[in-house]
Amino acid sequence: MSHEWPLWEVFIRGQHGLNHRHVGSLHAPDAEMAIRHARDVYTRRNEGVSIWVVRSSDIAASSPSDKGPLFEPANSKIYRHPTFFKIPDEAGHM
Amino acid sequence: MYAQMVRTDSDGVKSLDEMSPQERAFQERIDRGEKIEPKEWMPEAYRKTLVRQIGQHAHSEIVGQLPEGNWITRAPTLERKAILLAKVQDEAGHGLYLYCAAETLGVSRDELLDKLHSGKMKYSSIFNYPTLNWADIGAIGWLVDGAAIMNQVPLQRTSYGPYSRAMIRICKEESFHQRQGYDIMMKMARGTPAQKAMAQDALNRFWYPSLMMFGPSDKDSVHSAQSMAWKIKINTNDELRQKFVDQTVPQAEFIGLTIPDDKLAWNEEKGGYDFSEPDWSEFYEVIAGNGPCNRERLGARVKAWEDGAWFRDGLLAHARKKEGRRAAA
Repeated sequence: MSHEWPLWEVFIRGQHGLNHRHVGSLHAPDAEMAIRHARDVYTRRNEGVSIWVVRSSDIAASSPSDKGPLFEPANSKIYRHPTFFKIPDEAGHM
Repeated sequence: MYAQMVRTDSDGVKSLDEMSPQERAFQERIDRGEKIEPKEWMPEAYRKTLVRQIGQHAHSEIVGQLPEGNWITRAPTLERKAILLAKVQDEAGHGLYLYCAAETLGVSRDELLDKLHSGKMKYSSIFNYPTLNWADIGAIGWLVDGAAIMNQVPLQRTSYGPYSRAMIRICKEESFHQRQGYDIMMKMARGTPAQKAMAQDALNRFWYPSLMMFGPSDKDSVHSAQSMAWKIKINTNDELRQKFVDQTVPQAEFIGLTIPDDKLAWNEEKGGYDFSEPDWSEFYEVIAGNGPCNRERLGARVKAWEDGAWFRDGLLAHARKKEGRRAAA
């Protein structure tokens, strides 16, 4: 029985000036092959100008069950949003 | 549909009152249209059903390359050959998106492939029919990909995030497949009488197997209700089959081909066509492994997997050796 190739997460920059975005994953023996496979699997229609691959096992992720406590601090700070402040129209565009 | 008769391990749909608090919260998220993501809690039956459904869907994409691959070297022109190559490559890509989605549910790629190769998991019945001539390639793109699209478009809204995202990618690419098939049929139907006869013959052979792709009639489909409650199935088999017939009949008429069904007739009252059911005993035979090409298709998959083992192992050994050298340096 042969061994499964490791899993890689694939990130593609769609156009110059945009961030790389996660598009999916694939199996490959090493980083170089992962990039070649990503080209064939995820950019058959000019979807990208740049590819990043990262071993899935190297990604640290927040846990879904921590979602509440992790993001709660942001909920109460509505003054971070510009619409919190009422600026009179006479002050002009701000 | 690329997945047929997926078991759900449930004895009917529970009402919210019968559910545990955890199950109930889960069902309410689905009812609100929220997506379920890989590491979140989910009922074990939901997870298992999805593995079966996405796995079967992935296997169908991969095995689906075989009937068309048969004609890559025999395509009538270089352009048709290049197009068919691109289409078959897309099918491989679709299989890979779906395997990755299934793997987020805690099953490995090798386990899925083992189950395909040992016959424990199925692929769509449609790929057990032979491609006898070039017109069959047209019929497959037009009818088989057309039927697949019917099913996959609503599945873009399915409740499981990775499956939904795979479906969105697939749907973007699939319409090329159907159009290239119809383009072949159009060309042949407008060609010489012999070419037109080939196109008609392909339609005759692929019509009922295409109708079978949607699975048995709703009244015989025991798992639909649970799958629909979980939003891993959006429409019933009969709804999709009806939509497919209504869409396809005018397309056949437009190119002067005849749907092989004496009972086909427009029904003004329901706003759709009445049509004959496929022979379901044939469907169950094909699903049981006794279709015209079951052994050949599975044999080709197993051979490709076994013949490629030394190569997969070689690449991995090379990668480990390089890694070892880098660590030592």
